[in-house]
Amino acid sequence: MIAEIGHFALVLALCVALVQASVPLWGAARGNGALMALARPAAQAQFVLVLVAFLALMYAFASSDFSVFVVAENSHSTMPLIYKLAGVWGNHEGSMVLWVLILTFFGAGVATFGGNLPPSLQARVLSVQAMIGAGFFAFILFTSDPLARVLPPPADGRGLNPLLQDPGLASHPPMLYLGYVGFSMAFSFAVAALIEGRVDAAWARWVRPWTLAAWCALTLGIAMGSWWAYYTLGWGGFWFWDPVENASFMPWLAGTALLHSAIVVEKRDALKSWTILLAIVTFSLSLIGTFLVRSGVLTSVHAFATDPRRGVFILLLLVVAIGGSLLLYALRAPALQPSGLFAPVSREGALLLNNLLLASAAATVLIGTLYPLFLDAIGGPKISVGAPYFNMTFTPLMTPLLLAVVVGPFLAWKRADLLGALQRLWVAALAALAAALVTLYLHSGGPLLAVLGMGLAAWLVVGAFAELAERLKLLRAPWRESWQRARNLPRANYGMAFAHAGLGFTLAGIIAMTAWKVELIQVMHPGETVPLAGLSVRLDSVEPHSGANFEGQRATFTVSRDKRFVAAMFPEKRNFPVAGQDTTETAIHTSGFADIYAVLGDSDGKGGWTVRLYYNPLAPFIWFGAVVMVFGGLISLSDRRYRVGAPSRRRLPAGVATAPGD
Amino acid sequence: MRRRLIFILPALVFLGLVAAFYAGLDRDPQLVPSALIGKPVPQFALPALLDGNAGLKTADLKGKVVLVNVFASWCVPCRAEHPLLMRLAKEGLELDGINYKDKPEDAKLWLVNLGDPYKRIGSDLEGTVGIDWGVYGVPETFVVDRAGTIRFKQVGPLSPGVINDTIVPLVRQLSK
Repeated sequence: MIAEIGHFALVLALCVALVQASVPLWGAARGNGALMALARPAAQAQFVLVLVAFLALMYAFASSDFSVFVVAENSHSTMPLIYKLAGVWGNHEGSMVLWVLILTFFGAGVATFGGNLPPSLQARVLSVQAMIGAGFFAFILFTSDPLARVLPPPADGRGLNPLLQDPGLASHPPMLYLGYVGFSMAFSFAVAALIEGRVDAAWARWVRPWTLAAWCALTLGIAMGSWWAYYTLGWGGFWFWDPVENASFMPWLAGTALLHSAIVVEKRDALKSWTILLAIVTFSLSLIGTFLVRSGVLTSVHAFATDPRRGVFILLLLVVAIGGSLLLYALRAPALQPSGLFAPVSREGALLLNNLLLASAAATVLIGTLYPLFLDAIGGPKISVGAPYFNMTFTPLMTPLLLAVVVGPFLAWKRADLLGALQRLWVAALAALAAALVTLYLHSGGPLLAVLGMGLAAWLVVGAFAELAERLKLLRAPWRESWQRARNLPRANYGMAFAHAGLGFTLAGIIAMTAWKVELIQVMHPGETVPLAGLSVRLDSVEPHSGANFEGQRATFTVSRDKRFVAAMFPEKRNFPVAGQDTTETAIHTSGFADIYAVLGDSDGKGGWTVRLYYNPLAPFIWFGAVVMVFGGLISLSDRRYRVGAPSRRRLPAGVATAPGD
Repeated sequence: MRRRLIFILPALVFLGLVAAFYAGLDRDPQLVPSALIGKPVPQFALPALLDGNAGLKTADLKGKVVLVNVFASWCVPCRAEHPLLMRLAKEGLELDGINYKDKPEDAKLWLVNLGDPYKRIGSDLEGTVGIDWGVYGVPETFVVDRAGTIRFKQVGPLSPGVINDTIVPLVRQLSK
């Protein structure tokens, strides 16, 4: 019964979305306030309806109602409750419901808190948002019904993939979707602006917080996914350039570019049509990312079960959403005349460089991901594009970008003095040199590129905060004045410093882990000791160990340095009888600057066990950096100009609200 | 006019993407390419699964056309393809097995219950030889020619279609 209510709510949501997609749009064209006002309650109703459907599905999972097909396929009565609940989005159908839940949540947000938007813009934004919603509801109802019954119901379910039974992964998809779907707001604003034929600084201010929030969620989501891969898959790797990972990385690159180009629109009223295009492209990449892995067009190790029948529907949806918006762009964007002019060496110029490099990077990933498909489509050989391609193309694109990240904030708007900016960066340059020298001293055998990379990481971290110090006139002015400046500085400036510094931390982690990882794979017998990067690791014992829905073995390792105890580690091997799958539970001991990583392999049948031991220098920095980036994003999001005063159009000629010190 | 063209460009690029996606819809994701096709069989030597039998090593795969099947008792698709392997063995094709990350006692029970189509079976307890062969899931089946070169790889279970249309003709052609 509950499942049917949920199903009915989804059908109703589709009807509401269809009304919301058409009536307010027509009202905005006619200037009819009553019709436009319909958008707000409709958006709120959509959210409530989807919430009902989502809760119904969650109830079916929680109560192990195996007459619901999706539950029977993806849950099992012996699973812990938390994973039963996480099972809601651990499958294609349920994850689509989560997708629309977040979509309507954002829509309801604009309806509820967007009272200060001009009515016509709000109506159009909500209409576009409802169009996306309608497409998804139809997709869910016609091709992937989450609440379909199966008769007769099976006695028990097939269980959730044991790899997915993990707290990190349970929260990873919701974060990722918050990011993907959050970009739908930027998309809706862009399409609405194209319909209105008007893009100005105020528009950019409305778009930025949504983009920033989506970007934060996506950053965190990607970091969580990579962290999960690191500690669950037991390969000691953190990024595999797998199509699904690329699918989340492309919108991140485009979204980062959008975040920066919107600043130029806001402050300088330039790059308007480019920003609109980026908003469309970012969400399009999110859509492609969500769908490619489900349509059977691309395959990946962690794709959902694919169904070719869905493929055609998905393609149609992509054509309407992306093709439609790009067509609108082709028709309307030429009318958006830029008003702000700037010299190549200027803040705008730096942001444009950032955009060009990020867009090229996104295009590179897109080409790498789709190249096998293109080659196959024209009858070429079947190939797969792997990490070497991405490593080779990414480094030359990212190096100038990362160099410029530090310089950009030192440049003034309109026209800047590059030499002067560089002179003020001597501290960061010194830090970079010091970092490179220290690295060279510690790892004289390492690749030169990695040594330079560590210098680049230091350049980023120190440079980010040097910019802050410069603004506060730290050490140059009296403390009282610096303190006063610190209090008056917009939070967006602090946010930027943290976000850029976070990038430096992540870079340091990636480079150190790639260049100086120590790996040891061998058969060990209990009682045996092996050396690992200056540590000694002893295998004490391997004993049987079982849990609610698995059985397996647990090893005990003792790690010591110079006879002094460092850590005890307990990696496990688990076998899940219901799913017929084995998983490894890695044990990780971290000092904050390095990880010791242990995996228990198979028994050789003669008392020995295959073990894999890794020493991963600076590995925690990879995720720590991502958290710092998100922290910066959140600080920036709390900037008062997004809350107060910002959204009134007339009061805001371009370029007025620049930060002190500009 | 030229200015307008730039704005149409994104839509055109997308059109190209759609065409590729459409072509890709019918693509069989099972047909994942292998870097090893056309390369000689990797150097390996595996102990025998069944006591008293010979193991499986590189030299065994030279001199005649051989199918090498990677299987495990815990793998459901392997069970599905097993009758086809029995049929191939009955038709006189030489079939060798790599028992991948399996418990030997389970694998023996499997062969007793379902029949043993293999001439030789190597036991790859830790999956290390599987890595050399580029195995990323069981079952997988390789066709190795007389010179010991891998000529074909099937990822996932065999089907009557693949056997009749690809494997049997290939083996016949290579055996000439």
